[in-house]
Amino acid sequence: MSGPLAASGLSVRYETPHGSVHALRHVDIEAHPGEVIGIVGESGCGKSTLVTALANLLPANARIDGSIRYNGVDLAKLDAHRQRLLRGDEIALVGQDPMTAFNPVLTIGDQLVDFQHHRKDLSRAQKRARIAAMLGRVGIADAERRMRSYPHELSGGMRQRVAIAAALLTDPGLLIADEPTTALDVTMEAQIIHLLRELRRDYNGIVIVVSHHLGVIAELCDRVYVMYAGEVVEGGEVDAIFHDPRHPYTQALLACDPARFRERLDRLPTIPGALPSLTQPPVGCVYAPRCGRGFAPCKTVAPPLVKLTACHAARCHAVTS
Amino acid sequence: MLAYAVKRIGLGLLILVLVMVAMYAAVFLVPGDPATVALGPRATPELKRLLIERMGLDQPVWWQIVEFFRNALTGNLGYDVWSNRPVSTLVMEALPNTLILGLTALAVALLIGVPLGCLSVMRRGTTADAAIGVLSVGVIAVPSFVVAIYSLLLFAVTLRWLPAIGAGEAGDLFSQARALVMPAAAIALGWIGYIARMVRASMMEVMGEPHIRTARSFGLPEWKIVSKYALRIAIIPTISLVAVGLGSILSSAVFVEAVFARPGIGKLITDAVSTRNYPVVMGTVLIMTAIYVSITIAADLLIARLDPRVRDVFRG
Repeated sequence: MSGPLAASGLSVRYETPHGSVHALRHVDIEAHPGEVIGIVGESGCGKSTLVTALANLLPANARIDGSIRYNGVDLAKLDAHRQRLLRGDEIALVGQDPMTAFNPVLTIGDQLVDFQHHRKDLSRAQKRARIAAMLGRVGIADAERRMRSYPHELSGGMRQRVAIAAALLTDPGLLIADEPTTALDVTMEAQIIHLLRELRRDYNGIVIVVSHHLGVIAELCDRVYVMYAGEVVEGGEVDAIFHDPRHPYTQALLACDPARFRERLDRLPTIPGALPSLTQPPVGCVYAPRCGRGFAPCKTVAPPLVKLTACHAARCHAVTS
Repeated sequence: MLAYAVKRIGLGLLILVLVMVAMYAAVFLVPGDPATVALGPRATPELKRLLIERMGLDQPVWWQIVEFFRNALTGNLGYDVWSNRPVSTLVMEALPNTLILGLTALAVALLIGVPLGCLSVMRRGTTADAAIGVLSVGVIAVPSFVVAIYSLLLFAVTLRWLPAIGAGEAGDLFSQARALVMPAAAIALGWIGYIARMVRASMMEVMGEPHIRTARSFGLPEWKIVSKYALRIAIIPTISLVAVGLGSILSSAVFVEAVFARPGIGKLITDAVSTRNYPVVMGTVLIMTAIYVSITIAADLLIARLDPRVRDVFRG
């Protein structure tokens, strides 16, 4: 039961004793079944808040504005019970750290049976058979034995495969992978990316991949949104973003990716300055304080989203269509 | 797991020996020798010498301890100075009453305390959570003998719902159960508070762990997350607490049995200490220590059973 996803004007703030933290501001994203969407940005840019909001897992002190329409339903307006019914059925999440993602005192098989709890039509034996088949599909040999293992008996890469299998077992229309390779070493990362690329061939739902790793995004995604300080500053097809970035932040971010250097450098390039405060976000463009091209309106007027092509847009005063 | 069990049992036996050595030391430090106490001030020297020889008090202390353990292994814990009945018989008569009291109190405390702790976590920040918190601290603060005396006044004297003293008619389960209500409640009350606090604290910690988020991301109902995914981990510190606390449960049984004039180990020890009936004190302490040590070992093994990570540490 897969359908399109569209977040519009989505804002999330966390109420804390030190004031509201505006973690996400007027974010617009959309995704269609069969598409793999990348969300990229540095730490603290709001990408985790965005996927947490999409998965309806925001903590109690979060306040949400705007809408998240999935398959014609506004997820932001659903009550807690209906949200729970969607999780693990329509929406599945693969978390960041496979080392801590599973319960340490229950076997893998036990947990994966529980995770299929929405499938009332299946018996326990049928659920176990599905697990064994799915573990085989994500490249785990000896699935029957692995189901009887406890999480700590599996390596990190294997656990991330299990996490992916767990998500796929629920046949989700929306699969969210939040930094799926961040906690893995380089070899494991390559293997997991390879696995995800293979799986997307016969998966028809929406996949959202979050990463701060530009290479991961480039390899996996059709379209990508670049986030900075709680805003989406640029979005478009992977080719367009990587070869014709228009927003100064995207350009600076790409310039810092070591994978793109032709020769060895003594000092890695960085973007000067620091992230703006999310408690009191700047009035104008969020990137203005660090932007090399800043001019008059940048510090006072929030830039509009400028449409460049059908699906390429950037939020910048200096960009014109 | 087997090596672990053997190690724990060996350590337990060592503790038993050390406790008995300490007991012997205590007996020798207390003024007045046991024979004089037993025979009274007007006993003839010959009679005293006879008794000293019979009790083995003329032997070196280390030999007395060795003899004590050798006899204990054959089930002989010595004889009551007053009635000359075997201590093992006295202990076996009193022990079931105390064990039933202690275990009932513990079961009640767990059955109420654990769900209260879970409820507190599921309703964290609400009035229910705050009320459980206040109630827990309140019942922890009240000593069990105070609860015993006031419940005695209220339910036995004023309302006449429950018997004031004794352990009920032998063979009549209903009357025994009725006699158990107040003493068990007196001991359990504080423990409900302890257990609820403990479960809440470790539960709060576990509920913040990433695997709970995973379970939530799959839409598992909250009661299942709490009762299966969190409680299995959060209960581990509570098991340790209860195992250690069983010592204090048995010692509060001493007061509670005194208040309700309920036959049991507690009453046996208080009577024996006040009459300097050393063989009875020794035998009872040995049995109680053995019970305490075995419960601690059982708790450790149970924890290893519940947590596969502990199990693997000791497998290697």
